[in-house]
Amino acid sequence: MSFVKGLRCRECGKEYPARLQAGCEDCFAPLEVDYDYAAISKSLTQERIASRPANLWRYRELLPIEAEPVIGLASGWTPLVRADRLGRKLGLDHLYLKNDSVSYPTLSFKDRVTSMAVNKALEFKLEAVGCASTGNLANSVAAQAAAAGIASYILIPESLERSKITATQIYGARVIAVRGNYDDVNRLCAQIAERHPWGFVNVNLRPFYAEGSKTMGFEIAEQLGWRAPTSIIVPMAGGALLSKIHKGLGELERVGLLKEPVKTKLYGAQAVGCNPIVDAVRRKSIDIRPVKPNTIAKSLAIGNPADGYYASGFIQSTGGWADDATDPEISEGISLLAETQGIYTETAGGVSIAVLKKLVDQGHIDRRGITVVAITGNGLKTPEAVALNTPDAIDAKIEAFERLVEGVAHVA
Amino acid sequence: MSLKVVIPTPLRKHTGGAEIVEVEAGTLKEVLDRLDNKFPGIRNSVCDDSGGLRRFINVYVDGEDVRFLQNLSTPAKDGSEVAIVPAISGGVR
Repeated sequence: MSFVKGLRCRECGKEYPARLQAGCEDCFAPLEVDYDYAAISKSLTQERIASRPANLWRYRELLPIEAEPVIGLASGWTPLVRADRLGRKLGLDHLYLKNDSVSYPTLSFKDRVTSMAVNKALEFKLEAVGCASTGNLANSVAAQAAAAGIASYILIPESLERSKITATQIYGARVIAVRGNYDDVNRLCAQIAERHPWGFVNVNLRPFYAEGSKTMGFEIAEQLGWRAPTSIIVPMAGGALLSKIHKGLGELERVGLLKEPVKTKLYGAQAVGCNPIVDAVRRKSIDIRPVKPNTIAKSLAIGNPADGYYASGFIQSTGGWADDATDPEISEGISLLAETQGIYTETAGGVSIAVLKKLVDQGHIDRRGITVVAITGNGLKTPEAVALNTPDAIDAKIEAFERLVEGVAHVA
Repeated sequence: MSLKVVIPTPLRKHTGGAEIVEVEAGTLKEVLDRLDNKFPGIRNSVCDDSGGLRRFINVYVDGEDVRFLQNLSTPAKDGSEVAIVPAISGGVR
């Protein structure tokens, strides 16, 4: 049974039934899924959730699905890793990593949102799904659509990393490379969605699709023993993940699942080469000035962020902050996380770690509190982001090995 | 100067269903003035109360977001294409 009441405009409040629709007909603002929270509070308990399988559907009362889900049954419930070695290095007492780099099936947090989108596409009996993507969404839409047996049309910027293109094509998706950046691709996608009867996950399926990101917030709270952390650091492209973590924590409080009211401060991370939301926060504004992206963090390279206005608002209203990282700092962030915690993340994760370090150094983060960093993608997708030396080759002789390690300290 | 304006689905209720409208104008502001003369009320859908473009509307002149140009003062050349695209577009089905 579903607790969805319908869709509601985030700006003017106009209500719509839960149907395929991108934005408000009157003011074009995004739509939010609205739920019967009073009924959910009566029905959903910590025990009930704990009794369910370890996937994101354990929170299904707070998700926009009508029928029994058939796709994404192993998505979500990624590890929340206690990161003491990195925490000590940065001076944080309680640091955790929400590790979506091992998300099922395509190793990024986008599996959460496509689980919503593809199940909704099946409910709406759509022939095909599509998206504009900087890579991770492309991989995930293609994989989940293949598993659902529906076609997918994936529009990407021509300059995307080769590994992310392969990891989309392999599922039999129709990949369309567009000359231009993500914002050009996204505009084209919006225009295609007007003409073709497909479900574009980030256009007419967006109200449902975006709800999947709430599950990262739900899981963080449940994995911390039904507590919202002191601080959460989130990488920002369009800004939707941060906005939905905010919504998710608020919903848990509203339906009575948390031990204490949410006081979590939200922190946003971007690359210097694409920082329109950070720029707005620095100006203490919610007015986004779009930019032309130029960064190795291609998964975050959205110069005209659709939810930037909301993300910058939530960062400021929760008392958080935002900062950006240069390309070398992003690479260092990737290495730092790998060397201290054994987690290999892609550029977006490098952005989060680099910005976390800055925010701690600047005194923005409460060092004694519980800090959670969202690690949203896997390093194997962006190997070109770190330049490591090719290892020296030796002859297969023990003397050659001894010569090589001579002078190197013995490992205890 | 004659140019072509691409009207998105949600705004075609103002244009009698027309997707492409030709107007004579030298700047984006003039484009909106002419459009509103032809189709009274369309400006309110594109602009907010202060007269600027609505937060969730993007306007492109020859493919470039006007926020990278001169916003409402962006000049339009003869034969230019002005596209009005809701930030989150896509029809209802």
